[in-house]
Amino acid sequence: MTDLDTPGTASAASDGSRVPLVDMRDIRVSFGGVHAVDGVSIDLYAGEVVALVGGNGAGKSTMIHTLAGAHPADSGQILINGEPVTINNPRDARSYGVETIYQKLALADNIDAAGNIFLGRELKTRFGSLDDSAMSSATQKLMARLNPRFKNLRTPVKSLSGGQRQSVAIARAVHFNAKILIMDEPTAALGPAETAEVRELITQLKSEGIGIFLISHDIHDVFDLADRISVMLQGKLVGTVNKAEVTKDEVLAMIIIGKMPGEVSTEEIEEITH
Amino acid sequence: MTDTQAAPATPSKTSALRSGLASAEIDSRMVGMILATAVIWISFNLLSDGDFLTARNLWNLSVQSTSIAIMATGMVLIIVSRNIDLSVGSLLGFLGYVMAMVQTRWIPNTFDLGLERWYTWIVALAVGLALGALVGAFQGFLVGYIKIPAFIVTLGGLLIWRGLIFRFEQGQTLSPLDSTFGRLGGGGADGSLGDWKSWLVGGIACALIIASVVLSRRRRQRYDLPLRPMWLDVGIAVLGCAVVVAGIGLVANRYISPITGSPTGIAYPVVILIMVTILMTFLARRRQFGRYVYAYGGNPEAAELGGINTRKVVMMTFVLMGVLCAVSAAVQTARLDAAVTNLGVTNELDVISAAVIGGTSFAGGIGTIPGAVLGAVIMQSLRSGMVLLKVDSPTQDVVVGLVLIVAVGLDSTLRKGAK
Repeated sequence: MTDLDTPGTASAASDGSRVPLVDMRDIRVSFGGVHAVDGVSIDLYAGEVVALVGGNGAGKSTMIHTLAGAHPADSGQILINGEPVTINNPRDARSYGVETIYQKLALADNIDAAGNIFLGRELKTRFGSLDDSAMSSATQKLMARLNPRFKNLRTPVKSLSGGQRQSVAIARAVHFNAKILIMDEPTAALGPAETAEVRELITQLKSEGIGIFLISHDIHDVFDLADRISVMLQGKLVGTVNKAEVTKDEVLAMIIIGKMPGEVSTEEIEEITH
Repeated sequence: MTDTQAAPATPSKTSALRSGLASAEIDSRMVGMILATAVIWISFNLLSDGDFLTARNLWNLSVQSTSIAIMATGMVLIIVSRNIDLSVGSLLGFLGYVMAMVQTRWIPNTFDLGLERWYTWIVALAVGLALGALVGAFQGFLVGYIKIPAFIVTLGGLLIWRGLIFRFEQGQTLSPLDSTFGRLGGGGADGSLGDWKSWLVGGIACALIIASVVLSRRRRQRYDLPLRPMWLDVGIAVLGCAVVVAGIGLVANRYISPITGSPTGIAYPVVILIMVTILMTFLARRRQFGRYVYAYGGNPEAAELGGINTRKVVMMTFVLMGVLCAVSAAVQTARLDAAVTNLGVTNELDVISAAVIGGTSFAGGIGTIPGAVLGAVIMQSLRSGMVLLKVDSPTQDVVVGLVLIVAVGLDSTLRKGAK
């Protein structure tokens, strides 16, 4: 923590003194003739939460999927720690320390917590077989830290509650020392108590120096957790603002009519907020 | 929060038993199937005035179950990963015919090396296994990488491989086969291990059972994981060894060969089936590949996002299936001592039925190798029991069809109840 600058003061890429953890430049993705993401650039610094917001179909998930490796970009550049990288699949992303928690959690329902946490990165015995005991043991320790109530280590995750499944998904990201964490609507499926837990966890991970991209449509989540907010509308970036310098209404104006805080008139804001 | 709801205040008797078994890591479905098999066996024995539970009948049952059971172990992984293979019967016929060509035409005529060489059976088997893997890789590539539905690819395969048999020798029957190769079928005077070798195999099996129980206990101890009660571990080891000893003492070695007049022992195809079952179970449960097959079957998207090379995993399930078809083809042609064009016709239906009766779910992600083997044994038990009772073949089909539907219906009802 001590070797990091205070993240809040780092405004977008104009600050040349520090290299961003992630720098995505001019990303384009189209499906058929539709430009889902049309030349969007965003960045992320260590120990910072950047919220990516926008209405349905704004292209925020598609944008972030290019970093997660779930869907490669058609064009554009991704730099991690200043180095250009190529991310074609989730394995590539993981090799750069990018971990993703998907909205649908992406758990294999028929496999237990340990199996899911280590999915794709199983621990093996010296004969190359799965070391289930080692994975169970590691899971036990991990869960003791993240969610002490978690006990069902050997049951398929299908039979777990939403909060427990979320714990498994987060544990998977945390265990492998993610440097960059992507959270796609992390609280969408959760009750209030579980949402509070996840928020606490985000704050904790941030304090450990992890950079987090938070995709959310919940403006309260965004204002509570994010340092900077990037707004997308119809596949284009409206702009990126420091949370400390804007109001919720101004961000709403960006989301809905695509105008930056300086450009928008008070009448327009009133219209949005009634 | 929600954790407290997981354990209902008054658990019913069945769910208490189920969770008891689960905490001991014993598959309750497997226990149910073993009980079902016992009921079928005892019923047939009563109906046939004691003809069913004889050493001779059970020995025959063990040999007759092997071909379908071997392929069913591969079909489990195919169905678990949400695919299907309709080509296995035709592929078996094709591979059996090619292996017969190797020993009756190519080695003796094309290469002019003569019949009954020491290497004949090895070369024939190796060619069959390699070709099986190749065909499996081809079909698996089309399914996994090109994303053509498995149903279509293997339906095509069903026609193609059967049709190709007639490209060789106009499809005439090839016989007799190499005598060493013939032992793989379990027939004749030397198709079984005989007395002392059977006991040797039994001894090794008991040692392996005990070793696996001890090793698993030790590993769990090392990581401070909850242990099964000692009496249960001892009980499992004793029960496992008892089954092995009973199988050899009361069936394999009790059955006196009508040809040699001495104890027959375990038939070679049964030895092959046991090895295949152990290997496939190990692959499914202890290797990364097996974990990926089940993960993919449970949630293909999650597996892909988890960084698994899902295309390769799907392709490999078909490669394995092809190899296992070759093993079954060797067993069937060896038992017939001939390769015929209609070898394995409709086997695909028996193999799929065995896997499904054994608890494999078409929804994906669920199914076990030993379950499928037991499924094959149950189907064969029904068939041979009905033969003993002189039930005609069409009626047998009706019964097996009904059992298939009832078994799957019962299973999905119980599964819903368990949730």
